[in-house]
Amino acid sequence: MRQNKTLKIIGVILLLGLFIYYAQNNLDSYKIRILNLCAINIILTLSLNLTNGFCGMFSLGTAGFMAIGAYTSAILTMPPEVKQMNFFMSPMNQHLMNLNAPFIVALIMAGLLAALVGFLIGAPVLKLKGDYLAIATLGFGEIIGVVFTNTQTITNGALGLKGIPQYTNLYWGFSLAVLTILSLMTLLNSSYGRAFKAIREDETAAQAMGINLFYHKSLAFAISAFLAGVGGALMANLLSTIDPTMFKFTYTYQILLMVVLGGMGSITGSIMSATIMTIMMEALRAVESTIDLGFVTIPGIPGMRMVIFSIILIAVVLFLKNGIMGENELTFETLEKAIQRFQSKKGRENHEPTRG
Amino acid sequence: MNLLEVKNITIKFGGLTAVQDFNLNLQQGQIVGLIGPNGAGKTTAFNAITGIHKPTQGKVILEGRDITGLMPDKITKLGIARTFQNIRLFSNLSVLQNVLVGHHLRIKSSPLAATLHLPQYIKEEKQMIEETKELLKSVKLDDVQDEKAGSLPYGKQRRLEIARALATKPKILLLDEPAAGMNPQESQELKEFIMHIRDEFNLTIFMIEHHMAVVMGVCEHILVLDHGITIAQGTPEQIQNDQKVIEAYLGVETDA
Repeated sequence: MRQNKTLKIIGVILLLGLFIYYAQNNLDSYKIRILNLCAINIILTLSLNLTNGFCGMFSLGTAGFMAIGAYTSAILTMPPEVKQMNFFMSPMNQHLMNLNAPFIVALIMAGLLAALVGFLIGAPVLKLKGDYLAIATLGFGEIIGVVFTNTQTITNGALGLKGIPQYTNLYWGFSLAVLTILSLMTLLNSSYGRAFKAIREDETAAQAMGINLFYHKSLAFAISAFLAGVGGALMANLLSTIDPTMFKFTYTYQILLMVVLGGMGSITGSIMSATIMTIMMEALRAVESTIDLGFVTIPGIPGMRMVIFSIILIAVVLFLKNGIMGENELTFETLEKAIQRFQSKKGRENHEPTRG
Repeated sequence: MNLLEVKNITIKFGGLTAVQDFNLNLQQGQIVGLIGPNGAGKTTAFNAITGIHKPTQGKVILEGRDITGLMPDKITKLGIARTFQNIRLFSNLSVLQNVLVGHHLRIKSSPLAATLHLPQYIKEEKQMIEETKELLKSVKLDDVQDEKAGSLPYGKQRRLEIARALATKPKILLLDEPAAGMNPQESQELKEFIMHIRDEFNLTIFMIEHHMAVVMGVCEHILVLDHGITIAQGTPEQIQNDQKVIEAYLGVETDA
């Protein structure tokens, strides 16, 4: 039974691999970029879902941790000559100037640095609950932005960094997304995952069961920060240009939207909503251009897709209070059952006329 | 030696003294009851023992070790488990998972080992599940192990909360009004259940209870709190005939 499941997971990954291979070689760069964003958003959504959905900590620090990851990776992967060109206002810190590392090292460092900052921020603020924690982590995100704007010799301030090597491709993006999904699945199904969920359900009771709240909350927060850092790093090496204004609260808000739409506390829900929303975000650009219906011409209104998004969000919150998946997961069993039900229904429909 | 010794505990919330000079000695295997009118400070005394409130004065000593003011999770690790007056289950988790959470405090594998499902972790998890299933069988909840805790009937939720506390392998179990809201038959079952777990798990039990049939039926020793002050203690018979207790519960007759 268990082996069967492992085989199915390997099968799905192989299929995904084939698709990625096809996409990387055959699709145009615009579509490849959207797919890359899908992979990155899956990682970011899972990162936020770990704290907000599974551990019950309402955190809004994603953009801040992304910024840390993005800048770490950018500084580590940019060759010294490019850095020289970037820092024309004031020269870069000499130690950082000569730093150069392969992409994989940059990714790991980006995650670790974000996790370290996550732990340092988390230690004092994780005592807070609910809205208060949200405000504290939101404040942290803003502070990171301000700090990065003012550390001229490290981040090049408001000018941002340009010419970051574009190492991120579909292979990197999706292998990291899959790795994130698999490790979160096993972590959340383990005893530690149960402890996280227990904290979400009832902190006092969890503590009375001998669960060390500080340790477990910091752990979840640091893992979440790690993932956000890696997501930020992938983003930096995808877009090749970053500046502090990119990592504003609006980005966290977008990721939060994906978490809520997918279902707080559902990994498969997050994957689905991150993919759907990323693609829709681009697909809906059509409504912002002028539409000619023959008898009437609707002028394009910039920002229209955000209006549509908001309407979708309101509809989801009204009719599907817990998002697409709620706390449930889409497993092979539920899929098989759904298919069986569908087939038996179809079978009945086919038989009915002959009976009648 | 006393298993648990509570020495002159006083708990003040600002100007209000919730509990004053509370003393308690628990010996291995005893079942001791704590009664008193509403607002007498019973749960506050419980919270001071389990670390939720830090006592303003006084000491809590477990097996000769001072545990006053430790964090609740630390105290649970040292061997005092509790249930709550208003049931606090992890309602969205299954019955099995609820009890498994109680095993988490003994986990030796690191989060990384758990994520990678290393052999050491798999072994631990397997043992945890085995023990949990055994525990559920002995409290007769094995037939509902996959149901959500929140969907169980009231009596079973109470029993599950006790089972979850037992999973931490406590030496002392503190029960906060286990019979609250139970009908006579359920409370009769509860009485037997408490005796049963005391013997099977080698426990010492300290319980708050309003249900006199339960208290008088199972407790060897009873303390009575009123307005934070211990007004009487002794065997059930002594308490039943104590003038102060009767006054506290029924009020004093005054001449008109």
